[in-house]
Amino acid sequence: MLIPVILSVTFILFVILSLAPGDVARMVLGQDATPEQVATLNHQMGLDRPLLVRYVRYMGNAMKFDFGRSWTGNFDVLAEFSHRLPYTLLVSVLALLFATAIGIPLGIASAIKQYSLLDYGSTFIVMLLFSMPAFWLGTMCQIFFCLTLRWLPVSGISTWKSFILPPVILGANTLASMIRMSRTSMLDVVKMDYIRTARAKGASNHDVILHHAIRNSLIPVVTQIGISFAGTIGGAVVTESIFAIPGIGTMLINAVKGRDVPVVMGTVIFITIIVGVINLVVDLICALVDPRIDLAS
Amino acid sequence: MLFGKKKKPLSEYSTGELIMFRFRKNKLAMVGVFMFLFVTIFILLAPLIRPYDMVVKQNISNKLQAPNTQYIFGTDELGRDLLARILYGGRISLFCSLAIIGIAFVIGAIIGGAAGFFGGKVDTILMRVVDMLMSVPSALLAMAIITALGNGVWKLVIALSIGQIARFARMVRSSVLTLRNMEYVEAAKCFGSSSRRIIIKHILPNGIGPIVVSATLTLGAVILSISSMGYLGLGVASPTPEWGTIISENKVNIQYYPYLGIIPGICIMLTVMSVNFIGDGLRDAFDPKTKS
Repeated sequence: MLIPVILSVTFILFVILSLAPGDVARMVLGQDATPEQVATLNHQMGLDRPLLVRYVRYMGNAMKFDFGRSWTGNFDVLAEFSHRLPYTLLVSVLALLFATAIGIPLGIASAIKQYSLLDYGSTFIVMLLFSMPAFWLGTMCQIFFCLTLRWLPVSGISTWKSFILPPVILGANTLASMIRMSRTSMLDVVKMDYIRTARAKGASNHDVILHHAIRNSLIPVVTQIGISFAGTIGGAVVTESIFAIPGIGTMLINAVKGRDVPVVMGTVIFITIIVGVINLVVDLICALVDPRIDLAS
Repeated sequence: MLFGKKKKPLSEYSTGELIMFRFRKNKLAMVGVFMFLFVTIFILLAPLIRPYDMVVKQNISNKLQAPNTQYIFGTDELGRDLLARILYGGRISLFCSLAIIGIAFVIGAIIGGAAGFFGGKVDTILMRVVDMLMSVPSALLAMAIITALGNGVWKLVIALSIGQIARFARMVRSSVLTLRNMEYVEAAKCFGSSSRRIIIKHILPNGIGPIVVSATLTLGAVILSISSMGYLGLGVASPTPEWGTIISENKVNIQYYPYLGIIPGICIMLTVMSVNFIGDGLRDAFDPKTKS
């Protein structure tokens, strides 16, 4: 299922990116290049061929793990991507950990104590986080914690302290959806018949919540983690640019600004594959957790 | 009492009246409506409050003035009035986000409607395309399109709306599929109603609810995306004002002149929050069973 999707996604991206106007060879060589030089480079890059021929050639090279070289920086796209990926993955995974570690307990607690001060407080935080732009929160926190209080480094990846603020900013939105999801899901589960049965059997409140309610309420939350991952990778672009983390986000922004088609193409394909694989893994985990889900269907 | 002075039994109210009633009773939703109207009125009346040339006119002698009576929101590094920039920037943020939702909705409705209505091979092919669009994270898809088209207001609208088409197409398709087999549609068919009448009179009013709810909730996310793109320098480019662009161009000065960051940020937050309140209210009003 994943392979045809990737093939067609690459084709669509290829068509979209080939719409980019302007003479690429001229852009690479600069204004002083002679028309002959431009024509030669165009031929070398295969840009004088029809779209379909270029696509087939691109995919043929991609099978050999050759995703071309950057037009502006002259680096190998795959090598640069794999060099930068660890930083982005680290920040994204830390962001998801932060969001789940705080979001799920908070959501469940506010569902158990519905209409309490805690519940209203967490609902308020969710509303704030959902309407706050991540770049604004990031910039403000950076100015406050890094420039004014000088607790954390402003940018870069020099120490472990550099990996505190970026994941928090990146995970803020996911945190909001985690709190909301686990609260809603817990409230739904508590109304179920088997909870009433458990209580009727005389199980303690503690037992009912820990053994019956929480485990069942986590199923939709696990799916949500998978969905959030795609958003987290997209959001990593913003976070990385605020904190100058040399991950794939900064690479992508520079490529988009410089109209560096091979880099944009490669990056989007790789991320789509990563997100697809993660969603697949999440589906498998859900099937493991919830025996009612039939994998064959 | 719902609308008129006369009391009538609950069963006599139409579904639409009941939805309106539930929506009006929702306090947060009403707060959202007022906040949204407040923002919209100010943005629409912008030319009465500040003339457009104050947005771009630079006046270095007035640079970085803290909010005062003449410049209510202060001035930026180039001595431009922040209030004027925010008012006109709001026009771009708001109108673009509405355009994005509109475009995505229309194209999504055509794709989803065709897929649901014709079924069979058309359905399979169209839904494959939609699945493909959905498998690329929407922020990345938008960036790829911006790479091809370049910067600009309308280019940004196109780039961001393509990422939303899939969502609407799926929703319209599934609601057409459920409604197509409803008893009242069968009944209408038996009475000899034309397809057009069935679509306009039965399918549209019954299917539109969840789609409107989702469109409203997406609107908030789209406003955030527009400003994020502006902040990254991939959206509306300076000197054209846009809320994200304003924050980005004042980045270096925010530490010592915090109002330059706080005011535009709060504008974005209030607008998105009002839209989210309205969306949540609509969702609860359309479907009182799934309260969250």
